[in-house]
Amino acid sequence: MTHVAIADQPEEEEHHPTSFIAKYIWSQDHKVIAIQYTIVAMFVGLVALVLSGFMRLQLGFPDTFSFINPNTYLQFMTMHGMIMVIYLLTALLLGGFGNYLIPLMVGTRDMVFPYLNMLSFWMYFLSVLVLLASFFVPGGPTGAGWTLYPPQAILQGTPGADWGIVFMIASLAIFIIAFTMGGLNYVTTILQARTHGMTLMRMPLTLWGIFTASLMGLLAFPALLVSAIMLGLDLLAGTSFFMPALVSLGEQLDHTGGSPLLFQHLFWFFGHPEVYIVALPAFGMVSDVLSTHARKNIFGYRMMVWAIVIIAGLSFIVWAHHMYVSGMNLNFGFFFATTTLIIAVPTALKVYNWVLTLWRGNIHLNTPMLFAIGFIFTFTHGGLSGLFLGNVIVDVPLADTYFVVAHFHMVMGVSTVMVLFAAIYHWYPLVTGRMLHEGMGKIHFWLTFLGTYAVFLPMHYLGFLGVPRRYFSMGDTAFMPESAQTLNASISVFAIIVMVIQVIFLVNLVWSLKNGPRAPRNPWGATSLEWQTPVMPPAHGNWGHALPRVHRWAYDYSVPGAAEDFIPQNVPQEGSGRPDDGGQEEVKA
Amino acid sequence: MSQNTDNTPGTADDFQGLVADWSADKETFAMPWGKLMMWIFLLGDTFIFGIFLVGYMAVRMAAVDPWPATEEIFSMTMFGHEFPLLLIAIMTFVLITSSGTMAMAVRSGYMGDRRKTVLFMAITALLGLTFLGMQAYEWATLIFNYDIRPWGNPFGAEQFGAVFFMITGFHGLHVLGGVIYLTIIARRVHKGVYENKGYSIVEITGLYWHFVDLVWVFIFAFFYLL
Repeated sequence: MTHVAIADQPEEEEHHPTSFIAKYIWSQDHKVIAIQYTIVAMFVGLVALVLSGFMRLQLGFPDTFSFINPNTYLQFMTMHGMIMVIYLLTALLLGGFGNYLIPLMVGTRDMVFPYLNMLSFWMYFLSVLVLLASFFVPGGPTGAGWTLYPPQAILQGTPGADWGIVFMIASLAIFIIAFTMGGLNYVTTILQARTHGMTLMRMPLTLWGIFTASLMGLLAFPALLVSAIMLGLDLLAGTSFFMPALVSLGEQLDHTGGSPLLFQHLFWFFGHPEVYIVALPAFGMVSDVLSTHARKNIFGYRMMVWAIVIIAGLSFIVWAHHMYVSGMNLNFGFFFATTTLIIAVPTALKVYNWVLTLWRGNIHLNTPMLFAIGFIFTFTHGGLSGLFLGNVIVDVPLADTYFVVAHFHMVMGVSTVMVLFAAIYHWYPLVTGRMLHEGMGKIHFWLTFLGTYAVFLPMHYLGFLGVPRRYFSMGDTAFMPESAQTLNASISVFAIIVMVIQVIFLVNLVWSLKNGPRAPRNPWGATSLEWQTPVMPPAHGNWGHALPRVHRWAYDYSVPGAAEDFIPQNVPQEGSGRPDDGGQEEVKA
Repeated sequence: MSQNTDNTPGTADDFQGLVADWSADKETFAMPWGKLMMWIFLLGDTFIFGIFLVGYMAVRMAAVDPWPATEEIFSMTMFGHEFPLLLIAIMTFVLITSSGTMAMAVRSGYMGDRRKTVLFMAITALLGLTFLGMQAYEWATLIFNYDIRPWGNPFGAEQFGAVFFMITGFHGLHVLGGVIYLTIIARRVHKGVYENKGYSIVEITGLYWHFVDLVWVFIFAFFYLL
C-alpha cells in the first residue's frame, strides 16, 4: 500500500459530534481543546497573580497583614513562579494558541491524532488539580522556590516539606506527560499535515515559533522529569541522589554522598530551554501581529526563521549561567558566558527586524498593535539587562538580588504576557466572531504597560543596592537606605493597580462575547490561512469540502498594483499562467 | 523572496536538495504521521534515558564510598560454579531475540500475512515477558540475598542500589508498556482492523520495541560491564 500525504487523502465522511458532552467536554476538536486550555490556564494564572499581590503587600507594607508570615510568603513565591512559568505560559502559548492556530494555519482539518490531543488537555487539567490541591494538604504547598533546589526542598523546616513537595513533583510529572502528548501532535501536524503549497518556508512565523518551542519542550522536559523522579526518590525512598551527608535540625540524616549540584544542572538543562519554550511562540505571534497591523511584510522572513532555530539550538548549551554562584570551574563560567552572549545576536536580529517591519509601515494603532509595540520595548529592556547578568563578573554581585527579579520579569514575564494580550485581542474575533471593545482595550494597554514599568524599573535600582530577592522582610540592614523601603511601598502600590486593571480585560472578554460588535470576515485584513475559512468562526473540520491551496507566503501586504493592501495565502498568483501544481509556482520577486 | 527556487523533492542531491526536501509542501517526511510521531517520541525518550545515564555517571563520580564490585554482585551460581553476568547475558539474549521476531512480524505485516504477523508479535510479547520475569528474579536476588536496597547496601556506595533500581525499573516499565502495546496491536491485527489502513502500525510498534532493546544495550554496558 503506497503512502498518501494527509493533504492528498480523500475526505472522510465526517462525524460531527452532536451531544453537548462530545462537543464541549470530551471534545477532540482542536479548537475546543484550545479554548479549554486557555480557560484553565488563565484561571490558574489569576491564582498566581493574586499570590504575587500577597507578596507585594508584605514587601511594601511589612508586618501589616497577619495572614502573611515567612512560611506562607515562601509558599506564595514558589507557587507564583511555578504556575506562571509552566501552568500559565507554557500551557497557554502551546496548549491554547498552538492548538487553535496550528491546524488552521497549515490548512488541515485537525491535529493528526485528535484523541491524544484530548488526553493532553485532560492530563493538564489533572496536573492543575493536583497543584491546587497542594494548597489544602497539611503544611500547605511547598515553599522551596520554583527551582526546588535540594537539599532544602525536601528537608524539614522548609514549608510544605511533608506533603506540598510530593504534590508538586506529582503535578509536574503529570504536566510533562500532558505536554508530551500535546507536543507530539503539534510537531507532527506541522511536519506532515500541511496543505497544498504550504511549504515550511511559507509558514507564518507564529507556526515557526510554536513548532520550534514544541520540539524544544519534547527534548527539555525529560530533564525535569528525571530530576523530579530522583528528587521524589530522595524524599520518599530515602535514596541519596542529591542529598549529601548533613545535619538537619540537630539530627544526622541518613543520606551520604549525593550531589546537590547535579540537581541544579538537570533542572537548568530544562529550565533555560523553558525560557525559550515560552519566548519563541511569543516571538512568532508578535511578528505576525506587527506585520498585519503595519500592513507590511515582515522584514527578513528567512532570517527570522533561522534566528528562531538558532536561538533554540543555543538555548540548550547555556544552562549553567543560572549557576555562576553555585560554584563551578572558572573555564565553565567562561564557556557559558560566551554561549549566553552569543544568543544576543539572533535575538537582537529579531528586534531589529521587528522595528524595520514597522519602519514606513501603515501602522494601525489598535489594541493588538499597541501590545505588540509594547512588547518590543519590554523585551529590549529585559534583554539588555540579560547581557549584564550573562557576564560572570557582573552576575556575581547581582545574583539573587532584585536586579535578577527585574530582568526575568521584564524579559519573560511582562514581554510574553504583552504578546499574549496582543494575540488575544488579535485572534478573539476569529474565535468568537465578536470584536473586543477598543476603548477598554486601550485603557488596559496603557495602564498595564506603564504600570509594569513602574513596578519593574525601580527593581533594577533595588538590585544595585543589593536588596536580596526571596526575602520575607529586609529588617534593619545597614547597607539599605530608608528609601529602599519607600520604593518597595511604591512598587507594591503600582503592582496592585496593575493587578486590578486586569479586571477590565476580563470584563472585556466576557462582555464582548455577547455585546461586542460582530466581527466582519477577516477584520484585520490578514493574509494567513486561519482567516480564510468558509465560515467564521471556523466550524468543525475547518475547511468545509476542500482544503485550501496555498500560493504565496504569509506576508503579502501592500503589494504594489494589488487591488487591496493584502493578498491572502490562498489567492493564486496573477499572470503566472501556469496550472496550479501544488506550491511549486514562483513566488513574487 | 528567494525561498522558492526549486522545491521539487528529491530532484537535487546537493545541500539545496536536502533543503528542498525539507521545505516541500504537504509533508516533510514521506511516511505516515504515526511513524514520524513515534520517531519524535523516541527522540524525547532518548533524552530521558540519556539524562538518566548521565545522572548515573555523575552520581557515581560524586559518591563518597567506593562503588561496589559489580562482577561479584551480578554473578550466578550454577552447578556449583560462579558464572559472572550469566543471568544478564541470558536476559540480553532474550531481548535481542525478541527484536528479531519483531522484525519478522513487521515483514509478515507488509506481506499481508495476518496469521504470521499475529504469531510473531505474540512471540515477541512472550519474550518480553520472559525478560521481565528474569528481571524480577534478579531484583529479588539482589534484594533478598545480597541485601541491596535503594537507600543502602553492604558493598559500598548507597547510590549503587538507587540508580540500579531506578534505571532498570524505568526500563522494565518500558518493556511492560511494550508488551501491553504489542498485545493490543496484535489483537487488532487479528481482528483485521488494519486490512484497509495498512500495516505500518506493526512497524511503528516495532520501532518502539527496537528502541527499548537498544536502550537495554546501553544499560547493560554501563551497569554490568563498567
